[in-house]
This record gives sequence, C-alpha cells and structure tokens, in this order.
Amino acid sequence: MATTTSGIQEAENLSEVVNGLRNLFEDPDFQAVAEIKKLSGKPVVGHFPVYSPTELIYAAGIHPIGVVGAGNQIEIAHADSRFQSFVCSVIKSTLELGFTDRLQNFEGMLFHSICDPARNLASVFKRNFPDQWIEYIHFPQNMLTEGSLDYLESEYRRILMRLEELSGKKVPNEDVNEAIGKYNRARRLMRDLYQFRREHPDILTTKELYTLVRAGHILSIDDHIELLEKAKILVNKKTPHSRDHIKVILVGSFCEQPPLDLIFSMEEAGMDVLDDDFLLGRRWFTEDVPENGDGIRNLAESYRDRSVMAAVKHDSRRQKGEELVERVRKFEADAVIVSVAKFCEPGLFDYALYRKALIEAGIPHLFVEFEEKMWLFDKIQTEIETFVESLLLD
Amino acid sequence: MANSVKESQEPKSYYQGGLHLLQKELMTEYFDQMTRAAEGAGPPAVYLLISGNPVELIRAFDLLPVFPEINALQIAVKHQSLPFIQKAEEVGYSTDNCAYVKADVGLWYQGGQAPMAKVPKPDLLLTNYVGCNVYLHWWEHLRDLSHAPIFDIDIPFIRTADGEPREEDITYVVRQLEELIPVFENISGKKFDPDKLAQVMEYSKETGELWAQIKRMTVNRPSPFDAYFDAVTMMGPLYTLRGTIEGRDFFREVLKMVEETRRQGQGPLPEEKFRLVVEGPPPWPNLRIFRDMFARWGAVFVASSYSTVGGLWEFGFSHDPSDPLRSVAMHMLKWNLTNRNFLQRYQQLKSYVDEWGADGLVIHSVKSCRLFSAGQGDMREYFARQVGVPTLLVESDLEDPRYFSKAQMRTRIDAFMESLEHHKLVGSGR
Ligand code: SF4
Ligand code: SF4
Repeated sequence: MATTTSGIQEAENLSEVVNGLRNLFEDPDFQAVAEIKKLSGKPVVGHFPVYSPTELIYAAGIHPIGVVGAGNQIEIAHADSRFQSFVCSVIKSTLELGFTDRLQNFEGMLFHSICDPARNLASVFKRNFPDQWIEYIHFPQNMLTEGSLDYLESEYRRILMRLEELSGKKVPNEDVNEAIGKYNRARRLMRDLYQFRREHPDILTTKELYTLVRAGHILSIDDHIELLEKAKILVNKKTPHSRDHIKVILVGSFCEQPPLDLIFSMEEAGMDVLDDDFLLGRRWFTEDVPENGDGIRNLAESYRDRSVMAAVKHDSRRQKGEELVERVRKFEADAVIVSVAKFCEPGLFDYALYRKALIEAGIPHLFVEFEEKMWLFDKIQTEIETFVESLLLD
Repeated sequence: MANSVKESQEPKSYYQGGLHLLQKELMTEYFDQMTRAAEGAGPPAVYLLISGNPVELIRAFDLLPVFPEINALQIAVKHQSLPFIQKAEEVGYSTDNCAYVKADVGLWYQGGQAPMAKVPKPDLLLTNYVGCNVYLHWWEHLRDLSHAPIFDIDIPFIRTADGEPREEDITYVVRQLEELIPVFENISGKKFDPDKLAQVMEYSKETGELWAQIKRMTVNRPSPFDAYFDAVTMMGPLYTLRGTIEGRDFFREVLKMVEETRRQGQGPLPEEKFRLVVEGPPPWPNLRIFRDMFARWGAVFVASSYSTVGGLWEFGFSHDPSDPLRSVAMHMLKWNLTNRNFLQRYQQLKSYVDEWGADGLVIHSVKSCRLFSAGQGDMREYFARQVGVPTLLVESDLEDPRYFSKAQMRTRIDAFMESLEHHKLVGSGR
C-alpha cells in the first residue's frame, strides 16, 4: 500500500481511517497525486464527473484521478471571467485549478457529455492548456438501437487509442478485462457498504461511507480495494445504537458535491441516508461488468444496460420519477431530499420530474440548493432540521 | 455622432415590408395548420428541435412538424412569455432552467393555447439531439406530460482534432434514421415512398442553396440586410417549410428582393457606418429595442452564429437527393452550428470577422441557453486579446423578459460603439 494510505491496515476503528482520509481529497494542490506519481512512475489523467471509463485509463498504464472541482478550498479569481455567473461552481473551480497550475502533475483531462457547460469546458481547457491531453466522450442517448452499442464501442476504442498515445503502452484485451475485474471488485465492495449502511445507518454513517468512496478518486484501484475491504471488516466490529432518525433517499448531487461539512451535518440533523447519488461515477453499474470476452464491448453494453439512472443519462425505456418512487417504497424511506447544485441544469430539470412523481405518490420531499464553495450553510441546515422535525412529529 | 441621433428616429429596413409580409403570410398559414391539427383536422404532429433538424423526413410522410422552440420564441416576441414561464416555475422548474422549456411547459399546462396558434399534442416526440443537452431533458419532460411515444436520434458531437464526424458516427446516425422510418410509417399510416423523399430533398437542396446565396450577400458594402435581425425572420420558413415547394418559392422571392436591394446599393439602415458580427441568440422579448440600440449608431450585423443553428449551408452544405439518409445524417452531425465544438465556433466567428470585414464582435450571452453561453467569457478573451477585435459581451435572455435591463444594456452598447467610432476616427480600427 502506498504511503498516502499507510496506517490504514493498523487502524482499529473506522473513524480513525476516515479521519486520515479527508485531507487526501480535500487538497486542491493534489499533493497525494505528486506522491503517487513519484512512486508509480505513471502518467496521470484527471476525469471530470460523472461517469468515466476509468478501466480504460487504468489499463493504458495511466493513473486516473477523479477531479470534482475544488470544493470550498480555493478562491475563484480567473475562471469566473470565462464562465458566467449562471454556470455551476464545479466548472469554474476545475478551470481555476488549471489556471493556478494545480494540475501540473496531470498529463491530461477527460470530460464527458453530461451537460453543455462541461462540454464547453473541454474546449476551453483545450485552448488554454494546449500542451495537455484533453479528451471528450460523447455517450449515446438512444438506448433502443443496437447501433448505440457499436457506436459506444468505437468511441471507447478511440479513447483507448488516445490513451495509448499518451502512455506509449499498447493495451491488449486481457488488460482491459483485468482492469474491469479490479473496478468490479471495488464497485462490489461499495455496493456492499451501501447495502450495509441501508441496514445499519447507525453503524456505518454517511460521513464514513462518503469518505471511503471519495478516497477512491485519488487512490490507486489496488489501494482503494484494500481500503474498502478493511472498512468492511471494521464496520462489522462496531456496535449498533438506536436513534430516532428519519430515513431518506438523497438525489441530485451526482456531479458537483456539497461541502463535506454540509453532507456530514445532514446526518447530525437527524437523517439516515438510505441511498444517495454522491460520486455516482465510481458506482455507476448496478452489477458486475462481465470480465470475459471483449472488454470494451462489455463496458459499452454495461453503460446501456447495467447502469444507474441519472440526470445526465437519458433512457426512453425508463421513467425517472417512477423509478425514484419505487426506490422509496423498496427501501421504506420516509422522504426524499433533492439536493441540487446551484445552476446545475440537469439536476434542476430532474427535480421537476421528481417533484411531480413524489407529490402524486404522496411522498414528502425537501428541495435544497447548494454550492460546493459555500462556507456557511445555516439556512440549508435549518431547512433540513425543520423538515426532519415535521416528519418526526407526524 | 450618437448624440445627434434621436431615439425616436427608428430606421426601418429598406425591404422590411416585402420580406416580412411574405414571411408573415407563410407563417400564419403554418400556424393555422397547427391549430387545425390541434382541433383534430390535420396530419399527426411530430415535435422536433431546431438544431440540425431533419424536417425532410417528416415532410416525406406528410406529417406536421412542430417546433416548440419556434412556439416559445413567438410567444416571447409577442411579449407574452412571462406568465407561461411562471406557470412552469410554480410546478417546480427553476429560475435557472432554460426558459424556452419553461414557456413550453407552461403552455402545456394552459392547454396549448398560444397567442399565434393552438398547439397540437404530439403524436411523436422526435428528439433530434444535436448538441443541446437540454433537448434531451425537454423531450423527457414532454413525454412525462403527454405520454406520447418518443424516438431519440442521438447525434455524436464533433470531438476529434480534425473537426469531422467519424465514420462510425455516420453509420450510427444513418442506422437510427433507418429505424425511424417504420415509426413514421406507423404514425402516418403511409408506406415509405423513396420518390417522395427524393422530391422533398430536391426542394430542400434548392432552398439550402438559395439561403446560402442570401447569407453570402451580406459580404457586400452596404450589407443588403441585417444578418441577425432580418435573418431570423427567414429562419421560420427555413425550418418549418424546408422540403416544400412553398418554402423553396419563398427563398427564391427573398433572393430576388435581396439582390435588388444590393443592386441599388441599399441596406437595412439609411447609412451603414459599422459592420458587426454577433454571437448568441437574440433577446426575443426585446428584439426591437435591442435592434434600435445598434441601429442608432448605424451598426448593421453582417453575420451571426445564431442563424446557423439550423444548418451551415453558407459554408458549402447542400442536401443530396441521391443519398438522402446519409445526407440528413451529415446535416445533423456536421453541417450545423450546435453540433460543432466551442472552438469550431470561435473559428466560424473569426471567419465572419475576417471575410465579412467586421469592425467588432458582439456576444449576446443568454442565461437560458448554456449551449451557447457557457464559456463565452473565454470567447471574449480569445477575440479581444488573441485576435484583437473589439468585442462586447452583454447579458440578457432569449425568452425571459426579467433579465433584460434596458438602461444598462444601452449604456454598455453606447460605450462600445463610442470606442469603435473613436477607433475609426483615429484610424486604428481593423
Ligand atoms: S454540476 Fe451540473 S451543470 Fe455543473 S458540470 Fe455537473 S452536471 Fe453540469
Ligand atoms: S438551452 Fe438553448 S438550444 Fe437548448 S433548448 Fe434552451 S434555448 Fe434551445
């Protein structure tokens, strides 16, 4: 295990582990990346949210780092003259990381077709950092045609070729399958931990779970697997305690992330989060991607047929509102928190669908708008507390 | 000098009467068709989007193309968008959602009764996803409201260094179009007729070529028409009637008018003092006011990126009746503004500035439309610093009247025009 995570194996309890991890990802200077790079000698590619085929980056001998803006860790001094006030913060903070030379240890950045600002951001990166490797993936949106599989397969092959150009490594199919195996393993562990939290939210808190998933944005896949395995052992050692919390499903935070302390305080306000869409990209698949056969084809097929519904994916075979209602029923949640980044158009659009479906189904919900760069969130906290109280009194 | 121009002197375009009247007649007939369809006396309605629209396929089945974007902008031009927008906000849409969508959702909740027509319910929601991600959301919401069948045509964005679609992209799109045909057969109850499609494509080809010629006319000095404010008038027929004989004839007529204007050395204003290029959609709720703010300086827009969202005929595209599906695919993939990447747009604007001989660039940054606007600060930086063209960025909206601040807009425009005038006087202009 790399030095960034040393000490984890010896840790006796989960909070020790979790406390040590926060500065790994809450560091706009990406010091851990410099360290990992020195140790591994591999090039680094940052991937913007939401879903990114990290398997391909890894298989090409490149270290994938999840770049989800800079939270409330830096001041935006340059990027706000490039992207207007009505564009979400994660776009600007990510660009600011570039302008302030904080992505020096990155050879490249990968963007995806999640929304119009993210797409234009890829172009703005290209123009302002001409020496960087910048790529953009267009994900298919017609899920009814077999053509979309052929298309996505060819798109992945194109990206893999570009990655090969960057690392100088030719990637055989076995390497793609090996990468799929590792990422499957990490996803399986995360699914297990999500399941565990659903059953024992008092033992595995959202704060802990979030930190464990988020650490994977920086750690190598091997280190992340080790971390998740350790966490699984440690949660089983904890003793349960009962508490009077409402049970919620949280949706809308699939891309820009709320400030950590806001996420953590939701729990303190009396909510047990049974499911959420934080950091969705790393947990995109609902089951394993097949590990035999043509790896790239399997990845393409999994995108189409084994994925989580999200505001940045459109699938005319499915109904977002209905699926949310079903999930509420299945998990026996009391309510839904729709927590959307300010100016995030995909999230805001989905809210209108959710709202309609939830009202029709008689499920209470609370809508909150956050910004990653917030320092004070008393207002949201009060809204959450009031909401929790109103449900507890019911 | 600006001060000597009175605000009340609203310069009228020379050909304004002819062109606009002709357009009005055609569009009124189109809106009447919509109303008839809404009342059950018309062909099935196919909803589709403007960007790179494949209207030819719809015409080939005698279906009625309905463009919610055109409905939304008509409502805005008629100063009636706000109540529709507010209706949508009441049911959960955000102030930060594209107001075209909100106006349309508001319209749905009001039973489709728009000021210019009653809008029929969709028999098919055709999502031609050409660039704008909001399109996918919008149609997803319309499906949720109407329960109409939906067909997504996914158009891979231009994303490689050569600026071309990949062969795999083309195959993918053609395949989707092939799969669309039986859907149209089903909805129209008509068998696909290749000869009919070829005929539609012929009209479309000719229309596109005429439009390209018209657009190219603005390289003249003076420009015979305004490539923003007048071009948008022609965009309605270009989308709704492309592929029909009426559409073709309209553009023949317009070309004649424009040629005549050019022959006489006339333009939309009494005197063309400044030639400008404009980026971004217009502020529909305040179109006239916005136009006047430039007209009083003698500024004419000689080129606009917005007038190419539906297609880039002026850069060499033409529909090919001998290979209709591939040609429709290429139109959607390559030959429109919105499916090209942001840096390609910089290049398009730069070619306008260079070839059309412009004095400056105006970026109208529209809050609703992040497809256009997200990152326009970088575009300004590129033009002002790297290219060295005087560049103005102003913000408002294309649908929501609440975002137009008249006094502020005017101050910004006046300051910009004054500096352009100064450049000209001291000979430091381009
Ligand atoms: S937060 Fe929303 S708008 Fe911003 S980049 Fe992510 S998906 Fe796009
Ligand atoms: S974002 Fe722009 S292109 Fe997309 S629907 Fe709205 S106005 Fe049209």
